[in-house]
Amino acid sequence: MLEVINLTCVRGTRRLFKELSFSAESGELVELRGPNGSGKTSLLRILCGLAMPAAGEVRWNGTRIRSLGEEYRGSVAYLGHQNAVKDELTAIENLRISSAVCGSALDKKEAQEILKRVGLTQQQNLPARVLSAGQRRRLAMTRLLTSKARLWILDEVLTSLDDAAMNLSREFISEHLKQDGIAIVATHQDLSLAAPRFQRLQLS
Amino acid sequence: MFGWLVWRDLILAWRRRADVLATLFFFIIVVSLFPLGIGPERETLRTIAPGVVWVAALLASMLSLGRIFGNDYQDGTLEQLLLTPQPAYLVVLAKVLAHWIVAELPLVVIAPVLGLQFGLSQNGLAIVVVSLLLGTPVLSVIGSVGAALTLGLRAANVLVALLVLPLYIPVLIFGSGAVQASVTGSSPQAWLLLLGATLIVSLVFAPWATSAALRISVE
Repeated sequence: MLEVINLTCVRGTRRLFKELSFSAESGELVELRGPNGSGKTSLLRILCGLAMPAAGEVRWNGTRIRSLGEEYRGSVAYLGHQNAVKDELTAIENLRISSAVCGSALDKKEAQEILKRVGLTQQQNLPARVLSAGQRRRLAMTRLLTSKARLWILDEVLTSLDDAAMNLSREFISEHLKQDGIAIVATHQDLSLAAPRFQRLQLS
Repeated sequence: MFGWLVWRDLILAWRRRADVLATLFFFIIVVSLFPLGIGPERETLRTIAPGVVWVAALLASMLSLGRIFGNDYQDGTLEQLLLTPQPAYLVVLAKVLAHWIVAELPLVVIAPVLGLQFGLSQNGLAIVVVSLLLGTPVLSVIGSVGAALTLGLRAANVLVALLVLPLYIPVLIFGSGAVQASVTGSSPQAWLLLLGATLIVSLVFAPWATSAALRISVE
């Protein structure tokens, strides 16, 4: 379970949020809302350990994430604004290499199966450079499917996706929640997901 | 994971061969300019050869430092790498190894051919190769600290040079010292041992500093 205690975030001279606290349990969906520049991305980056908060702490199963280190990183999957897709590699190479680097190597069959799920079967041997923005986003989403992480941290997942892909990502998230995962999602659109537990966090 | 990361960087470098070749040609041209500019006197050339080859190697490896982390930083792969459940130390080591294979190993291979222009003896050429083999990994691993610190900055290339070149000085002294020793007929062993020691020390400490610098840059 994830606990956030009295988190304060300062960017430059601006304080984005102050003494923010919440917690999320297995199967819980946290929807993060707020206008542009309200600190959604900063919060998510603090949660996955990429950034340091000005004050406060984040705990995973009762231990501070800083002291957990690698153990925590193994239970987090982060999908940020950037897709982390390599232009020079083909779609299938991108998928196989990124999951192998994360410690779960896929054979060709498994990789094709996953690409089929996100609708990139025909593009699997094209270099990612020629894929459209939405297709690259779909490719980035495959990272979630291959990871065994319990905590998903998603930043604007629905951007540049078409209706089919949006439904697909909703489907992925609700599957993840059903398997006792936790999802923290920053979004401007309505997720309209039926989650076992749900909370909405509003940053201003 | 280590092997996959090295493999990935090698594929990426292969698909962007032009970058790699540019560094190599820079090295070749810089080294070749000296005999042309100074004239064909054997004795003079033989005296300056160690310094020229080593300085050119330093400059050529500077050119490629930005690529160690630059592309990964821009497309967001770097933060994903830092989020993998492996220690950041290993990630850095894999990237440095790949950089060495791609950017420095070709220099080591071509160096003896260039050394011929300076009239180096067979023994001298062998020491050029051995000293470069020991010294260039130090360049990569120390350079990675500078590359990580300047990620995403505007004048990154100039800053890297200012940060890293002073740290290269010991390698330059030991490396060219070894070649010089073999040219003058004394034993280069002491210099090579010093180079080896520098390599070990920098391999232990520099990746650690690089991973700390990466965390700061990504934040």
